[in-house]
Amino acid sequence: MSQVPYTRVKLARDNARPTGLDYIQHIFQGFVEFHGDRRFGDDPAIVGGIARLNGMPVTVIAIEKGHTAKERSFRNFGAPHPEGYRKALRLMKQAEKFGRPIICLVDTSGAYCGIGAEERGQGQAIAENLLEMSTLCVPIISIVIGEGGSGGALALALADQVWMLENAVYSVISPEGCASILWKDAAKAEAAAASLKLTAEDAKNLGVVERVIPEQNLGKTMFYDHIRELLAQEMEMLSRNPELVSQRYDRFRQIGCDGVTG
Amino acid sequence: MAFINFLKPKNQLEEGGRSAAPVHQDDGEPEKTCPNCHKPIALSRLWAENLVCPCGYHFRMTARQRIATIADKGSFQELFRQVKGGNPLAFPGYDGKLETAKTASGEEEAVLCGTASIGGNKCCLFVMEPGFMMGSMGSAVGERITMLFEFAARHRLPVVGFTVSGGARMQEGLLSLMQMAKTSAAVKRHSDASLLYVVVLTDPTTGGVTASFAMEADIILAEPGATVGFAGARVVEQTTRKALPKEFQKAEFVLRHGFVDAIVPRNRQKQYLTELLSMHQGG
Repeated sequence: MSQVPYTRVKLARDNARPTGLDYIQHIFQGFVEFHGDRRFGDDPAIVGGIARLNGMPVTVIAIEKGHTAKERSFRNFGAPHPEGYRKALRLMKQAEKFGRPIICLVDTSGAYCGIGAEERGQGQAIAENLLEMSTLCVPIISIVIGEGGSGGALALALADQVWMLENAVYSVISPEGCASILWKDAAKAEAAAASLKLTAEDAKNLGVVERVIPEQNLGKTMFYDHIRELLAQEMEMLSRNPELVSQRYDRFRQIGCDGVTG
Repeated sequence: MAFINFLKPKNQLEEGGRSAAPVHQDDGEPEKTCPNCHKPIALSRLWAENLVCPCGYHFRMTARQRIATIADKGSFQELFRQVKGGNPLAFPGYDGKLETAKTASGEEEAVLCGTASIGGNKCCLFVMEPGFMMGSMGSAVGERITMLFEFAARHRLPVVGFTVSGGARMQEGLLSLMQMAKTSAAVKRHSDASLLYVVVLTDPTTGGVTASFAMEADIILAEPGATVGFAGARVVEQTTRKALPKEFQKAEFVLRHGFVDAIVPRNRQKQYLTELLSMHQGG
């Protein structure tokens, strides 16, 4: 059933939607959480650690929004600070050292827009993740499970494969932000959402994601079983690929080339 | 448009007739009022000082003006000019905005790339153009930057870049966002070949450009007073409902917090870059 893009935005933001920790709990076994960026602090908006995927040790990193008001406040509504991105990078480097594949679960309205976040280099933290993830020599799969909000989402999505849930959205700017900048009217978010081409289907057509995961069983056991099988199969393939890093380069290298002449 | 007009080269500004609003012509000598010291300054003097007011305020300048102040005379050879953007998402109003930007800036896109020599040191140079949609990064900008780093890696040349950008260009949606990943990967390949990348952050450098190639250089310099940040100050104010600290997101603030190597005034930049490049000979 086709939905208007803004309906998808609302579904992607729904509090009742499974969050990063739900996926971790249902897809992986024996998750051990590791805290802190070893630089400044620990960001509760990003959860990371090691776990088993059908027996295979993997590193899992998830942006966590929380469900209840208390959880959401603790998780800063899934808006990470620089220390969150630095924790993620630390765990990814650790994964590389021990040859573990990396799975990132992305769900954020965006990197946090705060004074401390700017003081501690939000832009630099995201940039460093992009720089380093481009050459990590272990496989990376990122799944946008809810909101894929701009650079704050991309910082965990420079991956060999990027997947999206059927009702997830992935965008350079929120439709409200876009409407208020372009048309000085946040109420035009619906029109902006349609123009931004932010649905999973759009992202697949643009060559930005490889796979769209259906949601009719969202949150049910068979839903998580399906994702676990997909991840295990794909990681198996990627782990045996000697051209992994150069193919990751090529994956991003060709994006947007159709739109330019010359 | 007044400001864009001001950024045009001197002769165009004088001949154009559409003189910028802040320019007075009381005594026949065109002047501009400095937004920092509020004093009038003769345009001829401003041009002679590379658009720096005697009070130290750095006016914005076009990419071509900047190249003229940095590259050795006649050394800049433009590359990838044929790489131009389109309207890949058929975004409403974007075609018109691109046309306006082209007319206003005289450029085809928001970054100029090429080879140049700086104080006799050969390098690759990119300079972003504020008059073209405030230097926003769409597919063509990402492609040109990526091609430049690949060219520099192939020819074993250092890269010098000047950033000025409002961030990723929203009219190209996800394709703009992906340019952050694409350019970063190209910077990394260049870096892994032990080649030097020096960036000069100019006013303003924000959003997706800050969160990609602007913050990935070996040496990060900034112009005095330049706004450098990820989120816009107004967005931060609205999100946090707190008063912003003094000099928030100014180059001096960013330096104090450890994200910039040095603040270099415009009139010292060429000498500074020459020194840096000559100390990295062969890289």
